[in-house]
Amino acid sequence: MGDGMYAGESALEAHGLGMRYRRGWVLKDCSFRLPAGRICGLVGPNGAGKTTLLSIMAHVLEPTEGRLSVFGAAPGSVDSGRTSFLAQDKPLFRRFTVAEILRLGQELNPGWDQRAAEDIVRAGNVPFDAKVGSLSGGQRTRVALALALGKHPDLLLLDEPMSDLDPVARQELMGALLAEAAEHGTTVLMSTHVLAELENVCDYLVVLSGGGVRLAGDVDELLSVHTMVTGTKDGEGLPVSLAHHPLVESRISGRQFTALIRPDSPATGPWETDSPSMEELLLAYLRSPDAPSLITPTAQVQDQAYNTRTVAA
Amino acid sequence: MVVVIVEFRINRRSGVPAFQQIVQQTKQALRLGVLVPGDRLPTAKDVAEVSAVNPNTTLKAYRELEREGLVEPRPGQGTFVRRTLARPSASTDSPLYGQLVAWVSRAAEAGLEQEDVVALVASAMEKQYTAGTETAVTTTRSTGG
Repeated sequence: MGDGMYAGESALEAHGLGMRYRRGWVLKDCSFRLPAGRICGLVGPNGAGKTTLLSIMAHVLEPTEGRLSVFGAAPGSVDSGRTSFLAQDKPLFRRFTVAEILRLGQELNPGWDQRAAEDIVRAGNVPFDAKVGSLSGGQRTRVALALALGKHPDLLLLDEPMSDLDPVARQELMGALLAEAAEHGTTVLMSTHVLAELENVCDYLVVLSGGGVRLAGDVDELLSVHTMVTGTKDGEGLPVSLAHHPLVESRISGRQFTALIRPDSPATGPWETDSPSMEELLLAYLRSPDAPSLITPTAQVQDQAYNTRTVAA
Repeated sequence: MVVVIVEFRINRRSGVPAFQQIVQQTKQALRLGVLVPGDRLPTAKDVAEVSAVNPNTTLKAYRELEREGLVEPRPGQGTFVRRTLARPSASTDSPLYGQLVAWVSRAAEAGLEQEDVVALVASAMEKQYTAGTETAVTTTRSTGG
């Protein structure tokens, strides 16, 4: 793992992506960029379009409009590198044994790492001769992750990967995943509802809501441009002197107020300021659908500034 | 091959960013002489595997330690300790430490709780190091954790 991790190469670039199902638009005008080598959390409420977005990236779905490039090429093409997609329902052939599933991985993927895959299965004491259909949800997740990592993908897409794992398995598999990323410079994009799971794991974030990108960028950068303000309430609502700072969310309880702001100048005043935690930042954006979106420069695609919004059907 | 000498304990609920915890724990190990010049720090992969911490976080902590001249990266080999922070009078077999252990045990005999002891020590330190150097603050934090 060298300096390449910080270089400008894009793993993913979404330009005005949109997806319409019969019930309407699920994704609309999604533009963002994920630099290579990052471990990115994809966060959003139910129905925000996370699974749809991951499926487009995995070349399982074709977008209705816009375009996506994976390492500069079309998804699924030879130049887009190797992509592993761990879907939420972990689709595996139920009548195959674990050993047969890994054999399949070996047959289908040049450069397959049988030992890495076996190590992940073995760490969970999953019997190699067990039929996939007889495994518990957590064991199936483990086998699916072994299959995904045995391929040594350049891009690893995970949809709610840890939801059916116990805490010990969760920590161990997250460790295996991050070690893989450390060794091979893998770019990881994973969706989750468990915000605490992202702390210390992700260095990049994309927040989706209502089918659009609300927040995207480097975690440190996102945290550093926000300030959490706590103070004593003076009259109704927030102090007037805070009003000129862009506001993400404010809450008033009794005599106290708290506000998450994106100050353009230092927010000094008769209150306390602190930097938000990742969880506080995410919750504030998820609770406030009307807060202005923020896509930091490293997360912007080149033509983003000129992107015109197309009319929704 | 190379023995891993330290293992970082990352507390996800402490509110202290993981990269700062790695910096603090490395310095603590350097201060106590657990790490000495020439030792190799765990690789970002080791830390990821054991503590499920983003490898970029570990590298960021190592760059911080490098800026302070404490460690150096050797291409293809890892990150190595360059100098120690241990002082003979600050080691756990120094007379000062012995006196402190004796004092803590007297405090316990006198019925003081752990929090009382921490408060007393912090207060005495504040009095002594009124200039409030950054080092004094870091020391209290890392020994407290």
